Amino acid sequence: MTRRYAMAVDTLRCVGCNACVISCKTENDLPSGGFRDWIVQEVHGQFPSLTLQIRSERCNHCAETPCVAACPTGASHVAAGGTVLVNRRKCTGCKACMVACPYGARWVHPDGYVDKCTFCLHRVERAQQPACVETCPTRSLTFGDLADPASPVARLVAHRPHLVLQPEAGTRPQVFFLT
Amino acid sequence: MTELDVARHNPLLDPRLLAWGWEIPVYLFLGGMAAGVMILTTLLMARPGARSPALRWLPFAAPALVTVGMLALFLDVEHKLYVWRFYLAFRRSSPMSWGAWILLLVYPVSLLVALASLDDPQAGWLASRLGRAGRLVEAARAMAQRRAAGLRVASLAIGAGLGLYTGVLLSTLAARALWSSALLGPIFLVSGLSTGAALLMLFPVSHEERHLLARWDLWAIGTEAVLLLLFLVGLASGTATGQAAAGLLLGGPFAVAFWLLVVGAGLALPAALELLEGRRLLRVTPAAPALVLLGGLALRFILVSAGQT
Repeated sequence: MTRRYAMAVDTLRCVGCNACVISCKTENDLPSGGFRDWIVQEVHGQFPSLTLQIRSERCNHCAETPCVAACPTGASHVAAGGTVLVNRRKCTGCKACMVACPYGARWVHPDGYVDKCTFCLHRVERAQQPACVETCPTRSLTFGDLADPASPVARLVAHRPHLVLQPEAGTRPQVFFLT
Repeated sequence: MTELDVARHNPLLDPRLLAWGWEIPVYLFLGGMAAGVMILTTLLMARPGARSPALRWLPFAAPALVTVGMLALFLDVEHKLYVWRFYLAFRRSSPMSWGAWILLLVYPVSLLVALASLDDPQAGWLASRLGRAGRLVEAARAMAQRRAAGLRVASLAIGAGLGLYTGVLLSTLAARALWSSALLGPIFLVSGLSTGAALLMLFPVSHEERHLLARWDLWAIGTEAVLLLLFLVGLASGTATGQAAAGLLLGGPFAVAFWLLVVGAGLALPAALELLEGRRLLRVTPAAPALVLLGGLALRFILVSAGQT
């Protein structure tokens, strides 16, 4: 069966410690100012009745990919398990994918190509977890194959209430925020 | 109250998603103008009767404008050594890929049309200036004259394609609410016709040719005004994101520039001047075409930056 890599982010567990951000920077040797994942804190309400949601965000590895459609050279492509990747040897840095992405998940690497989260596919292929998942001290992040109903990520998405970012964009995101 | 705090400090992305700077609007402006020049000079040259020497040279403006525009594009591309990658792939779903190939088609067609437009003394002068390449020019001109009718059709089709694509490039990017309107293609096409006519009017074309260009420009300006109105109505009567996008031009940070530079200085004022000049109530000056060019450039700058806000 075809794999469908996905991630569940438990917003009730996440404390916004930024360990995922740092481990990603270290694992992927990202330059100063470049981030493949980041923390968003969203506060709703009027004091004293406030609610806070903390989300560890990254590329949503969407099932419908406006970034891949916009790419003129085929550098942006869909790889194993539906992961959205950039082939840096084909990327001209025209930034069409950056304006096509509703999530701001892409940025220009100082070397001239567009960079983004890869779900740490190089680790996944060695049967390891993505760096952010492995590091998360509160176990908020769950990565796996959504097509396998027995996988932890599929069970979480099946049984926990969740949301995806900007569903109205029609991109069918594959990062699910458990609420 | 909603408060968002993003623990990311990427100067290339935040706080605004500004991916495309000045290079893209400048390119869209020059590309649109080149499309207008291709279409208008082809139509003017197809008329029976006398033609001014200036008009015979002016088809060369199209490849010249496209060249400057492509230079701006080149400056925007982050990995300049990999620019050739555009021409190793054709991707149907990517308007930028379409554009890269259309730009490549513009050169042979517009240059052949331009050579065919020259009269014999002009062509002789050009060939004598080019030394050995002169014979190539003469051969190309002879070929272009034999196939003049086909080239005219190609020039009109590629001109329209170039003009439309500059708008479609933005309108397919659904993530930017202000751009997600199919009207952007036609808007950029008529704006390209208008700025193309304005550029031609700045040169010493004959009185009759200028009169014709001013009349066509009036039609283009009128169409552009109607399309812009429909574009704003379409956004403002749509979803919440569309309303917010229309608000950028209707009362937000870009409203003053949009109404003053695009609608006032770029459409209303030159239309009024051209109407009065046409009725011989006003002396013909370069003011109206200059204002049209200013408005066309402002339209592209405002749409490109407002769309990324």
